[in-house]
Amino acid sequence: MKINKDSKLNMMKYSSIFLLILMCILSCDLDETQEVVTLDNLVWADEFDIDGAPNPEHWNFEIGDGTDQGIPGWGNNELQYYTDRPQNVKVENGVLLITARQESFQGNNYTSARLTTQNLFEQKYGRYEARIKVPYGKGYWPAFWLLGNDCDVNPWPACGEIDIMEFLGDEPTSVFSTIHGPQYSGAESISKAYNLENDRFDTGFHVYGMEWSPNRINFYVDDVLYHTLTPEDVDEETNGAGNWIFNDRPFYIILNVAIGGNLPGNPNSETVFPQSMVVDYVRVYN
Amino acid sequence: MIKKKYIQFIALAVLSMIMTTSCERDVSDDAVLATFPSNADVYTDNPVGLTDEFFISFNPADGANPEGFGTDQNEAYVGTSSIRLDIPAPNDPDGGFIGGIFKDRGEGRNLTEYDALTFWVKASRTALFDEVGFGFDFELDKYTVARTDIQLSTDWRKVIIPIPDPSKLIQEKGMFFFSTGTSSTDGVGFTIWIDEIRFENLGTIAQPQPRILNGENISQQGFINVPFQLTGLTQTFNTESGRNVSVNAAPSFFDFSSSNPGVATVDEFGLASVIGEGEVTISASLDGVGAQGSLSLNVEGGFNFAPDPTQPAENVVSIFSDAYQDIPVSRYNSFFEPFQNTLGGVVPVGPESIISYTDLNFVGIVFNDVTFPSEAVQPVNATNLTHLHVDINVQEAIQANDRLLLQLTNYGASETVGSFLISGNQLVEDQWVSFDIPLSDFSGLGDKNRIGLLLFNSEDGPNNPTISNIFLDNIYFYTE
Repeated sequence: MKINKDSKLNMMKYSSIFLLILMCILSCDLDETQEVVTLDNLVWADEFDIDGAPNPEHWNFEIGDGTDQGIPGWGNNELQYYTDRPQNVKVENGVLLITARQESFQGNNYTSARLTTQNLFEQKYGRYEARIKVPYGKGYWPAFWLLGNDCDVNPWPACGEIDIMEFLGDEPTSVFSTIHGPQYSGAESISKAYNLENDRFDTGFHVYGMEWSPNRINFYVDDVLYHTLTPEDVDEETNGAGNWIFNDRPFYIILNVAIGGNLPGNPNSETVFPQSMVVDYVRVYN
Repeated sequence: MIKKKYIQFIALAVLSMIMTTSCERDVSDDAVLATFPSNADVYTDNPVGLTDEFFISFNPADGANPEGFGTDQNEAYVGTSSIRLDIPAPNDPDGGFIGGIFKDRGEGRNLTEYDALTFWVKASRTALFDEVGFGFDFELDKYTVARTDIQLSTDWRKVIIPIPDPSKLIQEKGMFFFSTGTSSTDGVGFTIWIDEIRFENLGTIAQPQPRILNGENISQQGFINVPFQLTGLTQTFNTESGRNVSVNAAPSFFDFSSSNPGVATVDEFGLASVIGEGEVTISASLDGVGAQGSLSLNVEGGFNFAPDPTQPAENVVSIFSDAYQDIPVSRYNSFFEPFQNTLGGVVPVGPESIISYTDLNFVGIVFNDVTFPSEAVQPVNATNLTHLHVDINVQEAIQANDRLLLQLTNYGASETVGSFLISGNQLVEDQWVSFDIPLSDFSGLGDKNRIGLLLFNSEDGPNNPTISNIFLDNIYFYTE
């Protein structure tokens, strides 16, 4: 699954990208210029090869419904209570399973898990990649994302957020990537969706990646680069009000499955519980 | 085995042909084993590869209206024409609904590479399309698929009918099926246009959730030689819209299994045959996915059915019988509060049913518009009826003081109650006894024009029930 995004041949296979490049050449539109840096030196990885609890040298757990963190519902009216119980998170058969359940627990109706590399692995720049199969159904909101490591002194969104993959269970053919910062957070964040034709994300594994270099963040799914962001994009999207905050601090990795709340809406009678986000690996390259 | 031999024979024949005609050439493309054509289109601007009849209506004798089907050159989602259905009112002399099939004109099509039948539809008003699907060919109807109650809009909408398991459809003749009346529009006729009917490989039909018995785990008594038809067979997929779509799927899409083939077996049509005593659980899967729902039977022997009624149907007003069409009844167990203890009610026994009451003290069968106004049905005008028939089978030893008081209530200008007492010595444990009771023997019954309650009371004095467990069957009024 090694990605070779600067191979012209590879790009040619994807007519939409080719068309984009063609448009770039024809229009010289800065926004759509797709420069990539190739980072192939593996610096951190979890292949989830040892059954049991996730490797404590790699992962912390965030526990609860956000109340202890001062953001009940994790800031989005989410419904789940995060635990570190094996029912919600475990490594088995070479994959990490983050499992959301419908159960009464600590005053909440759903449980799930949220893992972070905070204080264990934090880095500025690099290529971040995870191979993931997502759950489906209204209310499911799995994500693979990064947060700036100084949110306690520079409260969000000042510390920055890079969402490599978010998926809403009732939009099975679409994933999206997003950056958040001052003047471009929450509903005003800078986001782009990637859609599959004649396929959907919840039926198989896909590689979700982000390549991050000074003044540039590229997002890709499998070997399709679909979203490039630069300071010029932030400037344009915020009419000059927002700044690029991604050259300033290390970020850490988060994997979680949220249930319900503002973005996905709450589960309905068709939503199947339990279901897992299945993670084959997380890898970081410089 | 036959098929395998056939393939071997073909291969041998092809091989020998090649040997004899050429020593150099590779196996040509023509040597591939023939499959049935896989053309996807059913209707574009014209029917595609369908029989000359194009539309084959359901039988007008069953109320199907063959006149409302046609094509419309002024409406189309794509191209120049569409199918037009003018849905008739229920009382239309040509028939009260439209339904029928489109059938492949050849030997059938190979649909294994598709995952859904799709089409575009709009209507002259919002309404429900009662049933749409495919797989009905008026021959075997083996792999039928139907989606029900599809919401129609006044704009074109795409409808997806997922194929429960495409690998089964190697030779399908039933290309399209529909049936609809005006039940969703209170009998008001309307028009439906359908266009671009074809099989597609959408790639987004996923997350199958097959079900039998509507996903319920049913546990009940089984009886030797009393078969059980598995119903509530559905397949559900999640679609590109994120919403689930369920279809009714023919039994042949499922693989049924019996936990104890010495007690019961299931055929490919979902019919469970009960052949021995013991316990058995019937479950199913569809395309390798276990179906929700199961049937558990505890079989202790055969079932002793009540004698078949002999009264001609035109002389009968039936409350409960498999032999006649029953009138609407609001409750077969009244659950009168707070003094009724009686549990039970209608129990299926294979394709038929009986009434089984347990913990009997008293219980009513309610068929009036007074007792439970929200469940009102018409009482029986028994003015010209002479008798009440009931078959009773006591499921316990008969005791000396056993009794069963039958009471009919007439909800006339004033309520009157007529009583008829059956004593224990008229009943037999575990055997059916038939009673034909003249209505004139119900003492105290005044008018008979609004009879709406039949009460069974086994109490010998207050709070002293006698008979606790009974089966009842064939409860009907008739004229001698």
